[in-house]
Amino acid sequence: MMRVEHATTSSRIGVALIAVALVVLALAPFWGARETLRLLAEIFTYIALASLWNLLAGYAGLVSVGQQAFVGFGGYLLFALAMLAGVHPILAILLAGPAAALVAVPVAMLIFRLRGAYFAIGTWVVAEVFRLIASQISVLGGGSGISLPAAIVIAMAPSRQLREFETYWLALALTVLILGVIVALLRSRHGLALTAIRDNELAAQSNGIDVTRLKFIVYVLTAFGTGMMGGLIFLMKLRISPDTAFSVNDWTAFVIFITVIGGIGRIEGPIIGTVIFFVMRQTLSDLGSLYLLMMGAVAIIIMLWAPKGLWGLIAELLGWQVLPLQRRLLISGAAEKPGKKS
Amino acid sequence: MTEWINVILQGVLIGGLYAMFAAGLSLIFGVMRLVNIAHGDLIVLAAYVALMVTQSLGIDPLVSLILVVPIMALIGYALQRGLLNFTLGEDILPPLLVTFGLSIILQNGLLELFTADSRKLQAGAIEIQTFQMMNGVWVGVLPLIQFVVAVGVIAGLQGLFYRTALGRAFRATSDDQPVAQLMGLDTRHVFAMAMALSLAVIAIAGVFLAVRANFDPSIGPARLIFGFEAVIIGGLGSMWGTLAGGIILGVSQAIGAQINPGWQLLAGHIVFLAILALRPQGLFPKVSG
Repeated sequence: MMRVEHATTSSRIGVALIAVALVVLALAPFWGARETLRLLAEIFTYIALASLWNLLAGYAGLVSVGQQAFVGFGGYLLFALAMLAGVHPILAILLAGPAAALVAVPVAMLIFRLRGAYFAIGTWVVAEVFRLIASQISVLGGGSGISLPAAIVIAMAPSRQLREFETYWLALALTVLILGVIVALLRSRHGLALTAIRDNELAAQSNGIDVTRLKFIVYVLTAFGTGMMGGLIFLMKLRISPDTAFSVNDWTAFVIFITVIGGIGRIEGPIIGTVIFFVMRQTLSDLGSLYLLMMGAVAIIIMLWAPKGLWGLIAELLGWQVLPLQRRLLISGAAEKPGKKS
Repeated sequence: MTEWINVILQGVLIGGLYAMFAAGLSLIFGVMRLVNIAHGDLIVLAAYVALMVTQSLGIDPLVSLILVVPIMALIGYALQRGLLNFTLGEDILPPLLVTFGLSIILQNGLLELFTADSRKLQAGAIEIQTFQMMNGVWVGVLPLIQFVVAVGVIAGLQGLFYRTALGRAFRATSDDQPVAQLMGLDTRHVFAMAMALSLAVIAIAGVFLAVRANFDPSIGPARLIFGFEAVIIGGLGSMWGTLAGGIILGVSQAIGAQINPGWQLLAGHIVFLAILALRPQGLFPKVSG
């Protein structure tokens, strides 16, 4: 009798801690001030964006610097559906996911013709095309952008406080959903294949994994999640313009920084990275462009000297994993044999 | 009719500048399979170096090339030996992310030093000199010089690649790095020379960019994208292909702008995507991958 076990002691503790943290966070409207809720919701969106980028670049090896295409697309779709078709904003955000996935299919068919680093710049060109098209749509404010009309915002909830609670819970729920889907994906047989691609693409292919198909699926799935987050982000901002919606700094540079610092190719990395990013931002953002300069330098240093990021260092030193993602082969009767770590 | 001839001619001439953006990118990709995300920001850096040189010495921008080209080449050599050589390997992630970080550092460093104000290099009377090529078709002297220089740069790189010892070292390293090393080539030095050469081309492109139009620290990424599009349109690995790619991009943008000013950049991107869809290997491919 053989079976595969995912959990380890550290992951059992990790899952218990996450459950507690989720309850505390879900109750945040009852203990947190308005600013705390706003900050937490923003942190959630970055955790979600970074986790999605990590899935794309860290596991599937698709280094995109153009995910702002889908953030902006989701944002603009929210504004278009809410303002032009009278759709409820929350429904519009949920629709932004499948819509972004649908758009991602032809985009992927085009840019998958580019390899490696050229793929990265190709994704950037696509994002630029989206930005330029958005600035041509005059009913959505053209190049200068537009605010979400007050009537739509007020209609969302009976009071301002309830509306803020609603957005907060939506941010938490969507982030948990996205992380849950990523964890489920990584625990499935596709996850084993993705981990194999992460470690050695050629070896994965020669073991019978359809690498291109899997990458395609991951790209479209990532667009799904990124599009929904885009809708949510611009519901919180209440104003959209081509430059903010398709900003390479906000939606790609920061996200890459977060993932690299936390640990690329590990599910815990983006979460740790987001916490570090926000601590740095809250303390150093007065420095303006110097702060961004330091961020670039830190990312380079981490990439050169600790390419697996901070979580990678911790995991290697202590063998911890917060989520049960490893696979260990257990053979009953025999002593427990640790399998290859995933 | 003459209006369209004018539009296309302007597009061809600006295409020369795009070809220079592309040549440096194509060169280092060819030699070490490195895609430099900071390429556009280095072009802007060259423009600011030229600004400092012309202001402090009071010389003409085109004359300043005598200093700007070696300065940028030195920066390139140091950058490769001091940083980028450590990122090269099987994994494509480190060079990509390190040059991305470099791009952010350059943009914000320039912003800190020179503010976000638009600058321009003054080249004097030559900027507005034109001559009539045919009835109703006028050509600016400066754009023409820029185009001729671009053709010269491409021809020079082509000659260097196929006729000199350094070019032989580039090709050998490109074909098979371990064997090149076994034959006694110091690949760290070869890579650094390639980056120095790339930044020398960037220096020329940066000066012409700065004479032609206003620049500020944020315009780098768009130059990277133009150069990249010209490389892919022309076909990877082909130097003359990058010239053709640059011209096609320049003409598409000029035609787009003529139809609707908002479509200038969009037209260029769409032609790029169309070529990617119909002929992904580019028009004049030489190497695959």
